Amino acid sequence: MTVTFPQKGLPWLLLLPQLLVTAVFFLWPAEQALEQAFYREDAFGLSREFVGLENFADLFSDPLYYQSLVTTLVFSFSVAIAGLSVALLLAVMADRIIRGKLAYQTLLIWPYAVAPALAGVLWWILFDPSMGPIALWLGAAGVEWNHYLDGNQAMILVVIASTWKQISYNFLFFLAGLQAVPRSLIEAAAIDGASPFKRFWTIVFPLLSPTTFFLLVVNLVYAFFETFGVIDATTKGGPGQSTTTLVYKVFDDGFVGLDLGGSAAQSVILMGIVGLMTVVQFRFIERKVQYS
Amino acid sequence: MHKLKLASVLVGLSMAGSSFAATQVEWWHAMGGANGEKVNSIAKAFNGSQDNYEVKPVYKGNYTETMTSAIAAFRAKQQPAIVQVFEVGTATMMAAEGAIYPVHKLMQESGQPLDESAFLSAVTGYYTNSDGNMLSMPFNSSTPVLYYNKELFAKAGISQIPTTWQEVESVSKQLQSAGVGCGFTTAWQSWVHLENFSARHNVPFATLDNGFGGLKTELTFNGPLQVAHIEKMGEWQKNGIFSYSGRTNDGAAKFYSQECAMFTESSAGYAGITRNATFDFGVTELPYWEGKVDQPSNTIIGGASLWVLQGHSKEEYSAVASFLSFLSSAEVQADYHQVTGYLPITEAAYDLTTKQGFYAANPGTETAVLQMTTGTPTANTKGLRLGNFVQIRGVIDEALESVWSGDVDAQTALNSAVTRGNALLRRFEKAND
Repeated sequence: MTVTFPQKGLPWLLLLPQLLVTAVFFLWPAEQALEQAFYREDAFGLSREFVGLENFADLFSDPLYYQSLVTTLVFSFSVAIAGLSVALLLAVMADRIIRGKLAYQTLLIWPYAVAPALAGVLWWILFDPSMGPIALWLGAAGVEWNHYLDGNQAMILVVIASTWKQISYNFLFFLAGLQAVPRSLIEAAAIDGASPFKRFWTIVFPLLSPTTFFLLVVNLVYAFFETFGVIDATTKGGPGQSTTTLVYKVFDDGFVGLDLGGSAAQSVILMGIVGLMTVVQFRFIERKVQYS
Repeated sequence: MHKLKLASVLVGLSMAGSSFAATQVEWWHAMGGANGEKVNSIAKAFNGSQDNYEVKPVYKGNYTETMTSAIAAFRAKQQPAIVQVFEVGTATMMAAEGAIYPVHKLMQESGQPLDESAFLSAVTGYYTNSDGNMLSMPFNSSTPVLYYNKELFAKAGISQIPTTWQEVESVSKQLQSAGVGCGFTTAWQSWVHLENFSARHNVPFATLDNGFGGLKTELTFNGPLQVAHIEKMGEWQKNGIFSYSGRTNDGAAKFYSQECAMFTESSAGYAGITRNATFDFGVTELPYWEGKVDQPSNTIIGGASLWVLQGHSKEEYSAVASFLSFLSSAEVQADYHQVTGYLPITEAAYDLTTKQGFYAANPGTETAVLQMTTGTPTANTKGLRLGNFVQIRGVIDEALESVWSGDVDAQTALNSAVTRGNALLRRFEKAND
C-alpha cells in the first residue's frame, strides 16, 4: 500500500523530528570523531595540529591494539554463545512448566533491569578472592581463584557478569519464539516416534532460527559496545591487558588518558567494524536462516 | 516578551535565594562520603567568616571524572574557578599554560600574602615549578606507610617492628610459621613499590629530575635497585610473604580479615582501617633496604591539589585568593589534618596539632608527617611530573602483574614498561609542545 501526499512539504515535515535526532545525536558526533582522528590535540584544546594518519599509524604499529582486538573477539563470542545457549535452555524449560509459570518467567527477566555497573559490582563481590562466596567455594574445591592475577579467570569473570545480564533478554525472545512454534508439528513428529531431543533439533530449533539470528546480532553488538560498565566495575581491563576490549580502550585512552586524537581514531575503526559486522551477518548468515 | 519577563523574574528569585552581594565561585571536587562532608563544612566556614565571597563546592565524581569534567567544561567555556586534580594529573595541568592561573601569581595579583617558606616543602614541592613557585594549592596529601597487626605479631612472638625490607621478610617468615597466611599485601603498587620506593632510596624514577626539568624526561625505574626489589616481591608472591590483591586499595580486605599481617597503604587509609580493623594495629614508616641507602629519604605524596582555572573575573579571583588563604591557615589545616588523616600543608598546622596533643592521643598519626619531613628533599624525592601519567601507571600495573603471576622476570617487565611509558611521554611531549 502506498500513501501519496498532495504536496512535497508534509512528508519532510513529518520526518523532520527523526531526522533532527539522527543528525544531532548520531551524525554530528560521528563527524566530530572522524575529524578529531586526524588531529593531535592537548587535553584542554589549547593547541591543535593536523597529523594526517599518524593516530592510525600509531595504533596499527602497537601490538597491544591487536591483542585488544583478539580479546574483544574472544570476549564477544563467549558472551554471545554462552548467553544464547543458557537462555535457550531456560526458555525450553520454562515453556514446559505448567504450574507457577508466570512467577518463574518473571523472576528470570529481572536481571535485565539491573544496571551494568551494578551487575559488575555484584559479580565482583561474589568472586572476590578474599571474601567472595564463589571464590571461597572454588578454593574449597581445589581451584585457586584470583582474577587480580590470572588473566583467564578475569576473562571468565567478565564473561559471566556480562552474560548474566543478557540472558533475560534472550530468554524473553526465545520464549516468545517457542510459543509461536505450532503444536501440531511437534505432535505429528511425536506420533511418528521422534524423540524429544530429535523433535527439538529438527523442528523447534530450525523454526527458532530467525530469533536466534536476531539475538546473535544483538548479543554480539551488546558484547562489543555495551559491556564497558561491567568491565569497568570488575577488572578495569586487567590484569595486564587481558580484559581490555576495544571499547574499554577507547574510554581509557580518551577519558582517563585524555588522548583525544588516539581515542577518536579508535572510534573510527570501531565504526568500521560495526559496519562490517552488520554486512557479514546479513549477507552470509541470514541466508541460512529459515523465515517460516 | 512574556518569556523574557518570566526568565528575569526567575533569575531574580534565584539570586534572592543566595546571599545577594556575595561573589560566587564554584569549587569542583572529588571527595565523597565523610571527606565530602568535610569539604562542605570548610566552604561553609569560609562563607560564614565574611560577607563578600561565597564558595560553592560541587561533587563531580572520582578523580578522573572530576578532572575530565573540568577539562570538558573548559573547552565549553563553563569551567569552575577551582578544581581539585589528583597528583598524576599535575603535568597535564601544568602544561596547559593558557588554562591555569598559577596560585603564586593569583595570590600576588590579588594582594593576598603567600609565604611559601611556611609550607612543608615535601608536600608543596610536588606542585611547584622549577623556580620554586607554587602552581596549585595542596589540598589532600598522603604518603605510604606500613600498617601492622599487633595481635598477630604478639601471637608469633614478634616484638621488633620492621623498619627494613630484610626485617619484613624475616618477620613474615615468623608469622607464617605461627600460622598466618601471608606476610604483607599492598595498595597502589606502582605508587608504593616503585614511585615511593625510588624516592625512599634516593634513586631517580625518571630523568630531568623526575620530569620537573621538562617534557623531555625519560623513565628510569628499571634501575638495578628497583629491579632487585620487584624481583624479590615476585619471589615473595610465590612463597606467600607477599600477596597481591589488586591495583587500588582492595588489599585492605586481606588486612581486615587478618589473612595478611602487614599492609603498605596510604597514610590517609588510617580512618578506614580504624573503622574496619577488629584488632589492635600499629603504623610505622615505609621500609627500605638496609645496605642500599645510608639514611632513607623522605617519601613523596599522593592525593590532590586545587588548581585555579583561567577565564573568570577579577572579583571572582579575589574570592578564590581569599578562600585559599583561609584554607591554608593553621586552624583550618590542623582541623582538616586531624579529621581526615591527610597531611597538614604548613609547619604551623603541624605544630598546632602537636600542641593540641592529637599525636599523643592517636598513636601512629604522626608517622606520615615524620617520614615526609626526613631530611631535605632531593631531586629524586621532590615528586614526579610526568605527562600521560595515568596511562603510565596502567602500564606499570600491567608489568608488575606479569611479575607477580610469574610470567616474566622483573628486569624484562620493567624494561618493557619503561619502553611503553617512554612512548606515552613522547606523545604527551608532542601534544603539548
